[in-house]
Amino acid sequence: MAEEKGLSRQQMCNLLAAEFQDGWIVNLGVGIPTMCSNADFGDRIITLHSENGVIGYGPIAAEGKEDRHLVNAGGQYVTINPGASIVHHADSFALIRAGKIDVTVMGAYEVAGNGDFANWKLKGAKGGGIGGAMDLAACAKRVFIVMEHTTRNGAPRIVEKCSLPITAPGVVKMVATNFGLFSIGADGVTIQTIAPGITVDEVKAGTGCNVNVPSNLRVAVV
Amino acid sequence: MAGSKIFPSLDAAVTDIADGSTIGFAGFAGVGTPCFLIGALIRQGAKRLICVSNSTNMRDHPPGGADMGGVVSNGQLAKAICAFTAPTRPSQKLPFTEFYEAGKVEAEIVPQGTLAERLRAAGSGIPAFFTPAGVGTEIADGKETRDFNGRTYLMEHALPLDYAFIRAWKADALGNLQFRLTQRNFNPVMAMAARITIVEVEEDILPAGGIDPDLVHVPGVYVHRLIKINPEGMA
Repeated sequence: MAEEKGLSRQQMCNLLAAEFQDGWIVNLGVGIPTMCSNADFGDRIITLHSENGVIGYGPIAAEGKEDRHLVNAGGQYVTINPGASIVHHADSFALIRAGKIDVTVMGAYEVAGNGDFANWKLKGAKGGGIGGAMDLAACAKRVFIVMEHTTRNGAPRIVEKCSLPITAPGVVKMVATNFGLFSIGADGVTIQTIAPGITVDEVKAGTGCNVNVPSNLRVAVV
Repeated sequence: MAGSKIFPSLDAAVTDIADGSTIGFAGFAGVGTPCFLIGALIRQGAKRLICVSNSTNMRDHPPGGADMGGVVSNGQLAKAICAFTAPTRPSQKLPFTEFYEAGKVEAEIVPQGTLAERLRAAGSGIPAFFTPAGVGTEIADGKETRDFNGRTYLMEHALPLDYAFIRAWKADALGNLQFRLTQRNFNPVMAMAARITIVEVEEDILPAGGIDPDLVHVPGVYVHRLIKINPEGMA
């Protein structure tokens, strides 16, 4: 694997977590997104929801302090915060479909400039892993994606059109990668902040669709 | 007496399961998974089963426990209905994947919320419902759609089970159930969806009234068979 340039995975998650607003209910997907729970929320009150029915879980459980009945969506043993509640799976997704999730953060294989994204099926695979991704993507108020900017072979993951089967059409609002933070809107992909040490040319070379560059481009503070 | 719901053994509780049955395995990431009932199903040997579960594997299981991987490896599975039909990490090799890729078993992939709601619908007298999950994707292919208030929804059908395998924290003799933390997950909706609900119980089974009525998560009306287990192992 090529040496990753730019931001670490935790820094990528910190960029997205900085966008969370006070009072938001946040759903974190399996993998890199779980690192958003390590971010410093300052004095913002953020409630973490997990698809397996926890509203209000806390940090990963310390070794030796695991509760065998308490895991997050990725099966990691977590802690629970005062005021948390537990529901069964159908009710967990009832609140997802009802639009109670302010943002869902997921990983992805590909994100397109029109807001489509793909994260459940690899090319040529017979099976897939949808998990809760389609319900969350269709129903959360916002979809944020965190992923490496390019594949291990250097191919862009932010593309004109997804080549893999999509998870939901036109829903992605923000993407954090090792190259920086990007927004997706009616005018396509725009750099919000660029990773220290990464150039606009590198971003453009690693992206498979047009990237808008603001005239006063800011460097990400991480 | 109308017959006790308390069964003497796991094996006695699964003995009548016929070939071709549809069975739900509750659980999420191994928590709340009725792994000892699945172990008993493998000993029992029923064939051509349709198994419904979030995924085809749990990460590890105690002695005497099993997951759908054991059922498929034993040649008992015809079809899986799951939110995951591939491993979450491509490097992972699961028994199910091998059988599925070789065309020896079928699979239906279902978004997790749709799976849970199809089970709840089956247990609620609702034949079908509409959901926005999956609209505009491959899983919408061939499904009826309908627009409500300017948005498109997919019609999804109830998913009734012949048997549900459940893991509970506490039960009373009437089959009232209580779960602890994320053990609850699919357990209540699978119990609701099944003709026969079989429960492996972690704590000693309480006399009727042993669970406060306000704290019952699944009423005994949905529950038929109870077996006390030792969560550490049943070998």
